[in-house]
Amino acid sequence: MPAICRDCLTEIAPGPRCPACRSPRVLSHPELFSLSIAHMDCDAFYASVEKRDNPALRDKPVIIGGGRRGVVSTACYIARIRGVKSAMPMFKALELCPEAVVVRGRMDVYAEVSRQVRALMEELTPAIEPLSLDEAFLDLTGTARLHGAPPALMLARLTHRMRTELGITGSIGLSHNKFLAKVASDLDKPRGFSVIGQAETLDFLAPKPVGLIWGVGAAGQAALEQAGIRSFADLRRWDRTDLTARFGAMGDRLWHLARGEDRRRVTRNAPVKSISNETTFSEDTADPDILDGHIWRLAEKVADRAKARARAGRVVTLKLKRADHRILTRRQALSDPTQIADRIYRTARGLFDQVTGQGAYRLIGVGLSEITDAAGADLSGDLLDPGALRRAQAERATDAIRARFGSDAIVKGRALR
Amino acid sequence: MKISIERGTLLRAVGQAQSVVERRNTIPILANVLIEAEGDTVSFRATDLDIEVIYRVPAQVLRAGATTVGAVTFHEIVRKLPDGALVELTDDGASGRLTVQAGRSHFQLATLPKEDFPVMASSEYSCNFSAPAPLLRRLFDKSKFAISNEETRYYLNGVYMHVTDAEDGKVLRCVATDGHRLARIDAELPKGAGDMPGVIVPKKTVGELRKLLEDDEAKIAVSVSETKVRFATPEITLTSKVIDGTFPDYSRVIPTGNTRRLEVDAAEFAQAVDRVATVSSERSRAVKMQLDEDRLILSVNAPDSGAAEEELAVAYGDEKLEIGFNAKYLLEIASQVDRENAVFLFNSAGDPTLMREGNDTSAVYVVMPMRV
Repeated sequence: MPAICRDCLTEIAPGPRCPACRSPRVLSHPELFSLSIAHMDCDAFYASVEKRDNPALRDKPVIIGGGRRGVVSTACYIARIRGVKSAMPMFKALELCPEAVVVRGRMDVYAEVSRQVRALMEELTPAIEPLSLDEAFLDLTGTARLHGAPPALMLARLTHRMRTELGITGSIGLSHNKFLAKVASDLDKPRGFSVIGQAETLDFLAPKPVGLIWGVGAAGQAALEQAGIRSFADLRRWDRTDLTARFGAMGDRLWHLARGEDRRRVTRNAPVKSISNETTFSEDTADPDILDGHIWRLAEKVADRAKARARAGRVVTLKLKRADHRILTRRQALSDPTQIADRIYRTARGLFDQVTGQGAYRLIGVGLSEITDAAGADLSGDLLDPGALRRAQAERATDAIRARFGSDAIVKGRALR
Repeated sequence: MKISIERGTLLRAVGQAQSVVERRNTIPILANVLIEAEGDTVSFRATDLDIEVIYRVPAQVLRAGATTVGAVTFHEIVRKLPDGALVELTDDGASGRLTVQAGRSHFQLATLPKEDFPVMASSEYSCNFSAPAPLLRRLFDKSKFAISNEETRYYLNGVYMHVTDAEDGKVLRCVATDGHRLARIDAELPKGAGDMPGVIVPKKTVGELRKLLEDDEAKIAVSVSETKVRFATPEITLTSKVIDGTFPDYSRVIPTGNTRRLEVDAAEFAQAVDRVATVSSERSRAVKMQLDEDRLILSVNAPDSGAAEEELAVAYGDEKLEIGFNAKYLLEIASQVDRENAVFLFNSAGDPTLMREGNDTSAVYVVMPMRV
């Protein structure tokens, strides 16, 4: 059976320990050298970066997230032992783990580390599909001769380099498609390396809950449970046409996933479907001036991200969460796509004006969807708003100044509210 | 209630009524049409609370009465009945069912009590006048394409109908714009319309109104108040709330200093624009117009799919000009021209362009250019 030592980073004879270095971190699997679709997921990425940059935090529970009212974006493994999870409200996390050190995220630093990880991955294969800053799919099919080593070994070397060169750790899932690779990377975290081969796919999945499927959340699970489907084995008993009849297009996908089949390819730069930003307030607010300041700042963030990717969007969305946690969303289609903060702001502000008088809010978000290429964006002015084109030009000029002198070089007064 | 009515007449009446009914309804009664029979007429009434239409037709009323029935199903049934059939509608009041009988077909439809049907509050109309159908048809047909769908600018979701001073005295004017194009259509002021308050007629009402205007000979009774507008023929009465908002000062938008004049056969122009736009599948397709000494080159360049170019002989004597427009907007305004040549007046590639038919200033269109 093929095997590798994850410390020597070489092929070895299978056994409980590496014959050369005596390390127990031996990975062996009958299909180890033939599988080539991988999912790499950094371990508690933001928290790891913080611990790397501030060794004083190393043995402490660390939570990345914003403010008293915010949510946990990442918790380190020490905090996770105490039950802290991502997306948990901060006050709840602090109840579970009062001694945790809460760190406000430094997104620019994480983005930089993410670029460095990406650069390491680029050395393995051009077929990389990032899902976020800290995880990506890699397709290493056909790279064995180029590297003189099978994909499994190259992936082990990747996480080794991430640890030694960048000071962060990651887990690998290796399988024969994206769905299973993603499932695998989660099996043995942190610093894990899991393999799901063709031969054991069906047996492996059978007892697993259907919630394992990306896109099947609480509501999806409830709907499936209504049909008596909890595990993959349950799912597999269903006829393909019955599943489609009951669950639509998702039904067909479920039928395939039940059998461990996923034909999606690893695509570089998978198209962005929407760009959005939101913020939770430290105190509920109904003050239109404060909310207006937030709408502007969020519009600017969304516009910045769109500009950075040379994208534009045709639909502007405003999201509000009321004090009672009820969510309100409003959308407005534009006549042509935009990436200009001023247009996003004015549209979102118009949507906001339509819903005012509904009490205080705890969260506000602005988003852009129906994303297109920036080439077709903002080509036309507005007859009724002759200043729009000039404001767009001013914004482009502001962008140029910021690119040179930093993001604080010029700000709108509106942003300070 | 018991009535006997010819299928074709019934279909027209129910068809008009059901088109007002909103498909997605949270109030069940709004999905219904109110049928009222008295004397020798039957009226069909439908509403979405903003618009109300009443269609009156002659029928043999065997027993007077009223009931309401689901508009969409009722319309479907009548539509599927054979042409020329005599339809009998019976409602005995007690069973909560309307019986539809035609030949050997027999239907029973659930009804809702007529008392629950919302009747639009009558209002005091400050201005009443009569206008020939072709006059109103021209005003609304030529302006409605420019109505905005943007709900955040709700005051643009209709046609602004008002009275104003033009070069040759007072006119009845309709204006619509979505911020990218604008249509301004004038018509001779009908007698008695001088004091009409300006109102924004909602898009849906404009669509419904169109059905009243098919007959060239028809005279339409128009009644206007600050909050409502009513259009009536002897058969149909269409009442609608108007949009509660202020229409922007459009006169600022209409360029007056554009001097570079292009004259082109509108049909030829529209066909050429349509042809070159084919290569691009984008929603907002830009067509570039290059003008030079009696020559117009139309071109589209879509990096992903291809490029197209077409040359037209035109009348143009000014200096060279390159300007881009959304293909759809160009097609829409060009299709408004039906008698003479289309005349475009440009200023620069970044300024609004004006289009009219020959030298006729009673229909003027403005379109915003696109960067190309």
